[in-house]
Amino acid sequence: MGFSITLTINGVTRTIALDDPRVTLLDLLRERLDLTGTKKGCDRGQCGACTVFVDGRRINSCLALAISHDGADVLTIEGLAQGGGLHPVQEAFIAHDGLQCGFCTPGQIMSAIGLIQEGQAGADPERVRESMSGNLCRCGAYQGITEAVLAAQRTLDPASRKEVA
Amino acid sequence: MKRFDYVRPATIDEAVSAAAVPGAAYLAAGTNLLDLMKGGVTQPKRLVDITHLPGLDRVEDLPDGGVRIGALVRNADLAHDRNFARRFPAVAEALLSGASAQLRNAATVGGNLLQRTRCVYFYDAASACNKRSPGSGCDARGGDTRLHAILGWSESCIATHPSDFCVALAALDALVEVEGKAGWREIPLETFHRLPGDTPERESVLEPGEMIVAVRLPAAAARFAAHARYLKVRDRTSYAFAIVAAAAALRIDTGVIADARLALGGVAMKPWRAREAERVLMGARAEKAQFRRAAEAALAEAKPAGDNAFKIELARRVVARALMLAAAGTPERMPALPASPFLAISGVLTHA
Repeated sequence: MGFSITLTINGVTRTIALDDPRVTLLDLLRERLDLTGTKKGCDRGQCGACTVFVDGRRINSCLALAISHDGADVLTIEGLAQGGGLHPVQEAFIAHDGLQCGFCTPGQIMSAIGLIQEGQAGADPERVRESMSGNLCRCGAYQGITEAVLAAQRTLDPASRKEVA
Repeated sequence: MKRFDYVRPATIDEAVSAAAVPGAAYLAAGTNLLDLMKGGVTQPKRLVDITHLPGLDRVEDLPDGGVRIGALVRNADLAHDRNFARRFPAVAEALLSGASAQLRNAATVGGNLLQRTRCVYFYDAASACNKRSPGSGCDARGGDTRLHAILGWSESCIATHPSDFCVALAALDALVEVEGKAGWREIPLETFHRLPGDTPERESVLEPGEMIVAVRLPAAAARFAAHARYLKVRDRTSYAFAIVAAAAALRIDTGVIADARLALGGVAMKPWRAREAERVLMGARAEKAQFRRAAEAALAEAKPAGDNAFKIELARRVVARALMLAAAGTPERMPALPASPFLAISGVLTHA
């Protein structure tokens, strides 16, 4: 039995035919829409590599059924850069060495944007680490990631934080 | 993952009808259910997606001073609801000590109550598990039992309930509202989850097809707001399930405990309300020796389900420390590391 869902992905609304309700949002993005920036790490909600925004909030796309998110607004790492310029959080990850191999980086960056938007951490590195605990980095770039998040947060003035995504 | 039928009801009545068929399961965020389905631990024949039902995502103050939390309210939204967190700080702290920011953004209140144990033998389809496959045995017995029960377990199952949220709810006399074929009813959270006995596959008192629509906290629960904490010992500082946790709430009048609420997590297949310990605390002075007496009472019936006797003394210490934290007062701001033991108690020598 076929299903049809509508998703707005990185600002573009599209109707998608699903032949199987088992497809996760992660697999839909990667395998069917060729948006491979979002990574599949554990596929079980433990590593955070698949973090995307759904309706303005960061979630694990591996534990989301695409069909259940009919009508949702999705933002992935591909939707961040505007007009050839990187997003300030992407810039900060480069400036502060917030990565090594890069596999977890799209998820780290989406999660960092969520953290800044949620506005709970402030300038406290402990709160930043706590709020980023759902994103594992097996290279161990945590120090740089924390610095990047704090720096990006300083760059984005409070008024624009709500709109960073 | 096994194939399933997907049903998206428009009303609660439609949902209840759709879920009445054998093998049906409700789908909310799916943060636990999809994980279980990917591992072949559960194989529902039909998913009834309730996430599009209207009206279940609200936190409402009730005229009597209580609060009603819709089943589809996301964990993060509840924990960061300022009005709610101010009145029920231990519940907010428990929520924020669980899972990760991404999971809390998705996971729902109703789903939290119905999440399954994280016993690794339950998760591993190659292991014997009476909960997953009734009558097959229990490979946790004699296995790795670090996260297993010390209270209320049976020969057939020694798993624990993984929720933090439920522990704080149990302490504060929460009620669960459900809808089913027989209509609406409410169940005290304390009796919502079942101990394993001979039927570990039955984890709650819900009848087949019944659906959680809301959780309520009574007005009286807000009277503990000045002295309410959640404390959770885990294998890493963040994003880990409890080895032992406790929710403690006190009302203190000139140094004397006027009322006390206490529940433990990570010790049994349900959030463990410690009423005997509460009785010990009533009228006692709010001081360490009394908290230790309460801890002894809370664990009086405890016995190890395996190589986990250490959890009994750990639980006593977690109870005493949670009470000490509660007595010291609810912090003005949520701690940077919610429910963490790595936190000084103002004016108290933590390890004295």
